[in-house]
Amino acid sequence: MRIGVPKEVHHGEKRVATTPDVVADLQKLGFDVSVEAGAGIAASFADKAYEEAGAQVVAAVDELYAGADIILKVRPPEAHPAARCDEIELLRAGQVLIAFLWPAQHPEMLEKLRAQGVTALAVDSVPRISRAQKVDALSSMANIAGYRAVVEAAQHFGRFFTGQITAAGKIPPAKVLVIGAGVAGLSAIGAAKSMGGIVRAFDTRPEVKEQVESMDAEFLELDFEEEGGGEGGYAKVMSEAFIAAEMALFAEQAKDVDIIITTALIPGKPAPKLITADMVASMKRGSVVVDLAAEQGGNCELTQADRVVDADGVSIIGYTDLPSRLAAQSSQLYGTNLRHLLSDMCPEKDGIVHVDMDDEVVRGATVVKDNEITWPPPAPKLSVAPTPAPAETPAVPAAELERPSVWGPVLALGVGGLALAGLGAVAPQSFMTHLTVFVLACFVGYMVIWNVKPALHTPLMSVTNAISSIIIIGAILQISAPTEIIKWLATLAVLITSVNIAGGFAVTRRMLDMFRK
Amino acid sequence: MTSGIVTAAYIGATILFILALGGLSNQETARRGNLYGIIGMALALLVAMSAAVTANFTLLLVALAVGGAVGLVLARRVQMTQMPELVAILHSLVGLAAVLVGFANFMDPNIHHQGVELTIHHIETYLGILIGAVTFSGSVIAFGKLSGKIGGKPMLLPARHWLNLSLLIAAIVVGALFVEESAEGAGMTPLLIMTGIALLFGIHMVMAIGGADMPVVVSMLNSYSGWAASATGFMLSNDLLIVTGALVGSSGAILSYIMCRAMNRKFLAVIAGGFGTSGGSVAGGEGEQGEVVAIEPLEVAELLADAKEVMIIPGYGMAVAQAQHMVYEITKTLKDKGVNVRFGIHPVAGRMPGHMNVLLAEAKVPYDIVFEMDEINDDFPEVDVSVVIGANDIVNPSAQEEPDSPIAGMPVLEVWKGNITIVLKRSMATGYAGVQNPLFFKDNTRMLFGDAHDTLSAVHQAL
Repeated sequence: MRIGVPKEVHHGEKRVATTPDVVADLQKLGFDVSVEAGAGIAASFADKAYEEAGAQVVAAVDELYAGADIILKVRPPEAHPAARCDEIELLRAGQVLIAFLWPAQHPEMLEKLRAQGVTALAVDSVPRISRAQKVDALSSMANIAGYRAVVEAAQHFGRFFTGQITAAGKIPPAKVLVIGAGVAGLSAIGAAKSMGGIVRAFDTRPEVKEQVESMDAEFLELDFEEEGGGEGGYAKVMSEAFIAAEMALFAEQAKDVDIIITTALIPGKPAPKLITADMVASMKRGSVVVDLAAEQGGNCELTQADRVVDADGVSIIGYTDLPSRLAAQSSQLYGTNLRHLLSDMCPEKDGIVHVDMDDEVVRGATVVKDNEITWPPPAPKLSVAPTPAPAETPAVPAAELERPSVWGPVLALGVGGLALAGLGAVAPQSFMTHLTVFVLACFVGYMVIWNVKPALHTPLMSVTNAISSIIIIGAILQISAPTEIIKWLATLAVLITSVNIAGGFAVTRRMLDMFRK
Repeated sequence: MTSGIVTAAYIGATILFILALGGLSNQETARRGNLYGIIGMALALLVAMSAAVTANFTLLLVALAVGGAVGLVLARRVQMTQMPELVAILHSLVGLAAVLVGFANFMDPNIHHQGVELTIHHIETYLGILIGAVTFSGSVIAFGKLSGKIGGKPMLLPARHWLNLSLLIAAIVVGALFVEESAEGAGMTPLLIMTGIALLFGIHMVMAIGGADMPVVVSMLNSYSGWAASATGFMLSNDLLIVTGALVGSSGAILSYIMCRAMNRKFLAVIAGGFGTSGGSVAGGEGEQGEVVAIEPLEVAELLADAKEVMIIPGYGMAVAQAQHMVYEITKTLKDKGVNVRFGIHPVAGRMPGHMNVLLAEAKVPYDIVFEMDEINDDFPEVDVSVVIGANDIVNPSAQEEPDSPIAGMPVLEVWKGNITIVLKRSMATGYAGVQNPLFFKDNTRMLFGDAHDTLSAVHQAL
């Protein structure tokens, strides 16, 4: 099948859905690839590079669409300025479209795609399960956005990130607050940290504390009990009391920090307003707020999408195209995500894709198929951090073991007690004395041995073996007997037990000498 | 010497023995424990000799000297890989001594008992010889199996449970006969018959036990040798023997229990013989065979050098190939490169409890990087490379995944949860349980075929 990669038409979009490296991989899966002329220019991939990788470069966009069976795009279809029509109209029945489609925001687009008979996969709808991580383009883009956010902040921030003491005076390090420690937040933490800033992070989900601390940043905690983890590892809406406590923390931090990067998003909801105009006003002049949630309305009250707002000396950056601002990198990662998706859909490596609705990943991504809208998909079976399922297999033998363990000891004690009483009734005193000693010794042995480390089992066996040669005492008691045969039997017993005594202790010693720390 | 002083010395020896066993529970105190044992034994010997020996002193000393010398030479010469054999053969000596002492005691005309005491004394004698004989023949067979002189496969006679039962009944009947006859001064014939039965029983019992169950057998024989000494103590009315025998007996019994638990098997099932033969569902897991991926020593070296966490799981195959020194050379090289190398030991790895620990100790592997299964099993998801050296059943995932597998429920080292597993093996043969191992067919498993010593040398060179 032929894959077609058009040039993105969205204003300012620099990314492209495939790169020359990925083209080579796609061909290994059996696909032919066509790329619209100039598609990769903005991301620094020349047409020639695509050609060298084996792709066909097509000049006319309608020709590209007409010749391809699969269309890979970054942005959802929109009005095409050159072709003077909607990109959807260029698609035809039976074609497969893979792109960021944001089906929740674009129901009318889904309807158009359905009417066209197109099979559409939204890479943003891939379920968040472990197997799908290699396909998770949202994470790839979030990673880039987080990094780029720090770069943008650095550009608008008038000072160093890192603290220095120079001949010209002391430079304090920049203090960075990252709100929301998802993929983008963690990426921002890493970038800010590596530039030398002091990084603090906040998240409503306490389980990310460890991740934040692993990046060497400080995790700010509220003195408040509420679990913030929602379905699929995303955050959820918090209670009012929690939000009040959270806002107090931000107000306090805003006075102290130089840079705030907000990444707080709740799926399917407008972004929560976390940084108020008052907080911005309380920030030092020259401070920067980067709002990664600008597209969903922004975490900061003053954010304007795609703009940098100057609020009394504080820059509020609301760019919504941060991944596109790192176009070469994001195209590479996005292209690789798509390649992984295609290789999952093409297990035979014969260049033919199967939209297998039983495959959880493909099912999740598919939004339109066979003239039907298949969005939203059924809920994924596994969340990102599944609560450990109780292991079933060990439970069965455990139950089996338990049953006898209730009655076994009782029965054994009863029988043993009766036997002992019976013995005591007939046996002479001297025997019972020996028996007492015997039983007590068994228990002493039990208590002493129970703590032995498995590593010492062999030395323990050889030493007990040597000790059990105490039977030699019996032979010694008999060796002086006048009867010839007893004398010789005893001598033989002494001989062999002394082999055992010497051998047992010596070999134990030898073994123990080898154990070293 | 008065009997009071003798008793006092015996108490001292008993305490020293208990301290010896207690000391053995920890590496730091183990050497001291051994020393206590030696002192206790010397004390008991000296006191017994000075108190009880009135004649034949030279004979005694010669026997002691010769026996001691033989023992020392044996202890010095034995290879660490042959420890299980040595321990087994030493057990047989205790059993034999118990038989000899029992017979000598029975023939001693100077012992006089009356009524019930006489009956009890005869039962004690009988039991002492019985346990001694079983220990003796059982240990000899175990020695043969461990040293490879007798095949490791369980020998299963038809109706073997009935055979065991009839031997037991015969022993009881003959015992009753013996007590009856011996009350009138005779009884030698039933005693000899019983000895024969006991010897047969010991042979049959160990013959029926498969190679993988050997750790249980060795510790069980260890326990028997203790009970034999204890029974002899009853016979001679000697508390030192009773106590020491009981200590050894219970210690061996606990070891057997630990071994059985490590294999999720019932003690009786092991003793009744035959691994995986009772259920008849050996075929479980056969259908799961797939492709194995072989790997070359060079690639193994690369994998190891790139790893951060390496776990080595040794098995009997390492002992056979004498590869423990090479394993440690590789460990040292990797440690120098900053790789965290640890060892994971399954309780029944090898042919004797603690077998692998002894081998690794011989190769000078420090014991603080050697861990038990329970300590490290949860760490496998963080392990980059697991190296399984000549082990099979103890890393078999079907113990957890297939409820009808013969080894189902046996705790195993969960190597397959690690990033990549390298299995060193001579061939694709199954382990002692006769169960195919799905681990070998997993995507993240690589097989390195060949003698472990040779392949590891190649890996070491490549490093």
